[in-house]
Amino acid sequence: MRDTVIRELISLGKENPQLEIVTGDLGFGVLKPFWEALPDQFVNAGIAEQNLTGVAAGMALEGKTVFTYSIGNFPTMRCLEQIRNDCAYHKLNVNIISVGGGYVYGSLGMSHHATEDIACLRALPGVTVICPGDAAEAKLAVRALAENPGTGYLRLGRGGEKHVNKSITEFSIGKAYLIRPAKELPKKVAVFSTGAILEETARACDLLEARGIGVEQYSFPTVKPIDKEVIGDCAGRFDNIFTVEEHNVVGGFGSAVAEVISELGQSVKLHRLGIADFYCSEVGTQAHLRDLVGISADKIAESVSAAI
Amino acid sequence: MNSKQLAWLIRRHCVEMTHLSGGSHIGAVLSVADIMAVLYADILQYDPLKPDWDGRDRFILSKGHAGAALYAALAECGFFDKTELKTHYQNGSRLSGHVSHAVPGVDFSTGSLGHGLSVAAGRALAAKQDKKAFRSFAVLGDGECNEGSVWEAAEFANHFRLGNLVAIVDYNHMQSLDFCNNTLEVDMKRRWEGFGWQVREIDGHDRNALRQALIDTDNPENKPTVVIAHTVKGKGVSFMENDLLWHYRFPHDGWEYNCAVNELHNSIPDGVEDPYTPDGCPEIKPEPENCRHTVSETHHPTYYSREVEEK
Repeated sequence: MRDTVIRELISLGKENPQLEIVTGDLGFGVLKPFWEALPDQFVNAGIAEQNLTGVAAGMALEGKTVFTYSIGNFPTMRCLEQIRNDCAYHKLNVNIISVGGGYVYGSLGMSHHATEDIACLRALPGVTVICPGDAAEAKLAVRALAENPGTGYLRLGRGGEKHVNKSITEFSIGKAYLIRPAKELPKKVAVFSTGAILEETARACDLLEARGIGVEQYSFPTVKPIDKEVIGDCAGRFDNIFTVEEHNVVGGFGSAVAEVISELGQSVKLHRLGIADFYCSEVGTQAHLRDLVGISADKIAESVSAAI
Repeated sequence: MNSKQLAWLIRRHCVEMTHLSGGSHIGAVLSVADIMAVLYADILQYDPLKPDWDGRDRFILSKGHAGAALYAALAECGFFDKTELKTHYQNGSRLSGHVSHAVPGVDFSTGSLGHGLSVAAGRALAAKQDKKAFRSFAVLGDGECNEGSVWEAAEFANHFRLGNLVAIVDYNHMQSLDFCNNTLEVDMKRRWEGFGWQVREIDGHDRNALRQALIDTDNPENKPTVVIAHTVKGKGVSFMENDLLWHYRFPHDGWEYNCAVNELHNSIPDGVEDPYTPDGCPEIKPEPENCRHTVSETHHPTYYSREVEEK
């Protein structure tokens, strides 16, 4: 996902000499192809995210399309006020790329767990929040963000994610994508996910189908603006909707879906799967921590089965 | 209009604006008035009829709490009607207490300290990449220099040799609760020198010195330039000078307003007419002890300014 995005940025940068990447001294091995291909459009601002984001705002004020780049919480929470006051308020085309959404850097410890970023960025007026589920979504999303005039957030996994969204050929900001329609079975549910947890979610849906449960699965690469149409449609056709996110359940994707459902006045029940509002101090790989907090494929399938 | 006239008008407008609105920060506005006047009368390239003119110099008032001074300068320079200044802080106005880019001539909003220099540096870098000739200016407060992000920007600007970036520190030696050196002791000049900047240290109320320091900041190494402008908080109104109270307090009806206006009238430059009280105000005997019990409506009524001395 990471490398796909950088390749796409090289194409975009060649098309538009006003496109810039500003990194906070991260992206070893990842950003190198861009740096080599477009050295005049690449800035390493050092380990100083507040300045980096302010500089990006200044460059965007002068007409540039800027992508800031770092990992985990560094390009978001460390400089949230610069994103708010300098970028979002001025409606500047600054797009924040964070590699390592969720538990990508699980073993590195809590500082590197990006688990509240969606909530923070989603709260900022006018900021587009995109969490691609796989490389196919990411490739199209980065182009959409470059062309979108305002401030955006692109939350990436790390790389090596399975290609799940096979139907996607175009990307519209704010659109959810159908991964599989529900088979007409006595028991059926809708499952929504955002971000790289798509792969686990898809495997969970396989397990559920094998157990005779019909699953309609959607990937929501855009958390903000959220696809109200798909949510409304599913709320009318299903008794149970599940959201899956590698993020705290407070304020994130599940909350965004809950906000829509609560205003529909329908009886559908929403189940939010994610991190149950705690910090994880146990050391582990991404797969280990996903399982620990209940969002591995097995645990997702268990939760869905138990709930219906 | 020359910078002396503009500086006087900025002070007069701001006394009126804070008086009418109960707005804070008259002390900071008066300290930065000469800097703003020299910038807008003598230094910055701009066109009030085309605020977005690409050839303009870029300006950010990073100490956004002194916004009234910027609004007054812009109105006097023709960016918008001077009568609008009276709407400062009022319901429905675009003249917020801290600088707003809703105002013609302002293209970057500030208010949270430590943001402006980074943005100015980003603009300077963009200009350098695109081979544009404009300079990028930012005015910072001395207290603002407590913010770590200022030094992130300082390091960045030196590394990228942003010779087209100019910072001006309004060094009035006071911040919100105390003198700067009583808050976090620092050697302002050495700090900037340590970050590799071209440093010019001057009297920030000496408009000739300001002009000389700002007119040409080119240097062979393309270092960014900082002008450390020593100023006096509350400059121009004797009872506001070097008194922390006037960081927050506004000139109330009665002796505070009348004495402030009359003091300004004592130094009115030729060719300038006071737009509010052309003949000054009736004389009222100052009662400085009585002003210590009511403060700006933007602060808690029990707020009481501690009298401080620089250690």
